[in-house]
Amino acid sequence: MRADGETALAVGALSAGSAERREQWRHLALLLPALLALAALFVYPLLGILFRSIHKTSYTLEFYRQVFRTPVYLTVIGLTFRTATIVTLLCLALGYPLAYVLATVRPRLARVLVIVVVLPFFTSIIVRTYAWMVLLGRNGIVNQYLIALGLAPAPLPLLYNAAGVVIGMTYVLLPLMVLTIWSVMRGIDPALVRAAHSLGASPAQAFRRIYLPLSAPGIAGGTLLVFLLSLGFFITPALMGGPSDVMIAMLIEREVEFTLNWSFASTLAVVLLVLTLAGFVVYNRLVRLERLFEGRS
Amino acid sequence: MAAAEGVGAGAEVRLQDLTKVFGAVVAVQDVSVTIAAGSFFTLLGPSGSGKTTTLMMVAGFLHPTRGEIFVDGATVAGLPPQKRDLGMVFQSYAVFPHLTVFENIAFPLEVRKLPGAEVRRRVGEALELVRLQGYDRRLPRQLSGGEQQRVALARALVFRPRVLLMDEPLGALDKKLRAHMQLELKRIQRHVHVTVVYVTHDQEEALTMSDRIAVMRGGRVEQVGGPAELYEAPVNPFVADFLGESNFIDGVVLTTADRRALVRADAGLEFWGVGATPLRAGERVTAAVRPEKLAPEEAPAPELNRCKGIVAEVVYAGDASRYRVSLGAVGTMTVKVQNRLASRQLASGDPVELAWDPAHTRLFPASVSE
Repeated sequence: MRADGETALAVGALSAGSAERREQWRHLALLLPALLALAALFVYPLLGILFRSIHKTSYTLEFYRQVFRTPVYLTVIGLTFRTATIVTLLCLALGYPLAYVLATVRPRLARVLVIVVVLPFFTSIIVRTYAWMVLLGRNGIVNQYLIALGLAPAPLPLLYNAAGVVIGMTYVLLPLMVLTIWSVMRGIDPALVRAAHSLGASPAQAFRRIYLPLSAPGIAGGTLLVFLLSLGFFITPALMGGPSDVMIAMLIEREVEFTLNWSFASTLAVVLLVLTLAGFVVYNRLVRLERLFEGRS
Repeated sequence: MAAAEGVGAGAEVRLQDLTKVFGAVVAVQDVSVTIAAGSFFTLLGPSGSGKTTTLMMVAGFLHPTRGEIFVDGATVAGLPPQKRDLGMVFQSYAVFPHLTVFENIAFPLEVRKLPGAEVRRRVGEALELVRLQGYDRRLPRQLSGGEQQRVALARALVFRPRVLLMDEPLGALDKKLRAHMQLELKRIQRHVHVTVVYVTHDQEEALTMSDRIAVMRGGRVEQVGGPAELYEAPVNPFVADFLGESNFIDGVVLTTADRRALVRADAGLEFWGVGATPLRAGERVTAAVRPEKLAPEEAPAPELNRCKGIVAEVVYAGDASRYRVSLGAVGTMTVKVQNRLASRQLASGDPVELAWDPAHTRLFPASVSE
């Protein structure tokens, strides 16, 4: 390991001429504003949170002990991950076909559809969540239609429960999934699918062997993005969930706003961060993200 | 599949009244040609002439508005592309970027569920055919354009299709490599006896590679024939200009003798030529003369057409020189002269007498030239 590192350094020193080094400095200078902003607005507060989670009046691990010894916190963490997984899978199931349509229709129609997909971003998330509450209520439009069409005998409980949370979160996060997958699909040469057909592949074979693998980086990026955002979701579950649909972000808010136990809130935040990073590492092992992000030709 | 090793049997392809309309635009109109089994056939035309649309209909990616396509006498109208058994090489190569060279070439065999040993043997043969042995584990992005082209070709031939369709396959290559690949393509075609339908806008490529060429314009076939026939006996000024290069002189027929006619150019010059169709005295014609048929001579033979002019411009191109010769009111003619050791270089401003054979002066009735 160490030997490898040294060889790499030696090779680097040999090949890097002075011009190359100057080029590296120039890149560093360009990155500097972003690095400073990150340090001031992200790294410093994060260190503060880390510090607070192990320090109140003196250094202590009491808050971590509390998290892992109280079943309710573990339940909430489990629920958070379960909800994030369901929302991610739903977004993928709905978003992949939509992205495919965006990537394959005529360019002018595609532009219109992309605007339609992005349109919700122009309104506040709170307004949109309240709109869903109107739609999904006991006497909301959705239930009225379901009953009128004979699809449900009585109003379905769509709000203030897990279903409401999943519907709301899927709605909010779907555009991100669609845009991420679409951006990859747009780069796929349509001639590749035609070539597969001309070589004898059925539509199913051409999709499975050519289109799906080529769009996989979009699936990987989209699911990762949606999953990580889901873990920290607050407004939608708070408004559309029931009393038992508590996500970890809501617990943190409660500690900050009501019990004013900032140290415990910090501890929960750190636990969320560590679990998120762990999830990222596992995911990275599974899909080899770095390989997907390598230059596609 | 019964064909001998490395030898596919080419199929005859027949297009009958093939027409394709997109909205208000007629992209291809009444194209009827028969492409002999095992021949190299080129659809040649400028962009928008309908040549690629025609190819896409043969491949099955577009449905004809009207007309039929027969492969070995059987219509392919109801067949989707994957059931037509036609190999295709795309302009962009369309090599699968996530698959290795081996996997790319094995693809058509694997979707046909051939056993692994057979796949390996055939891919090996195909790699040898396009001279890419040892490249099987590389990814397309590690290959040059010419190498990717070869992969696309091997992939389109490995399942032994009866017909190979090629859509401007050499368009993206540089000039030297293109010339090399032209020879390679001909070698490979001779080896596998496949019928090739080739689309290009490059007249030189069409002339050097094809057994027969269909020149297209505005969705219609203007003329079908062998390279020499098209070059020496074009049926209209468009073909005369698109295939090679021509000097045009407008005039009126004075007298005729068999296919020959004496023409008086609008600016007064009189010369003999040969009609593309029978001509009558008094008919308006456009005469076409190739630059290399015009010769600057000091004492031209009496049976030749001739006229005096002044060298306006000289372009030295190594093997040959091109002169722009001003003939006064008749206009300016391009003259191409091979640079032989003995030939005298003309300079700008030199007076010159041009002579050319009436047999090399093609006359088109004005009605043909629109």
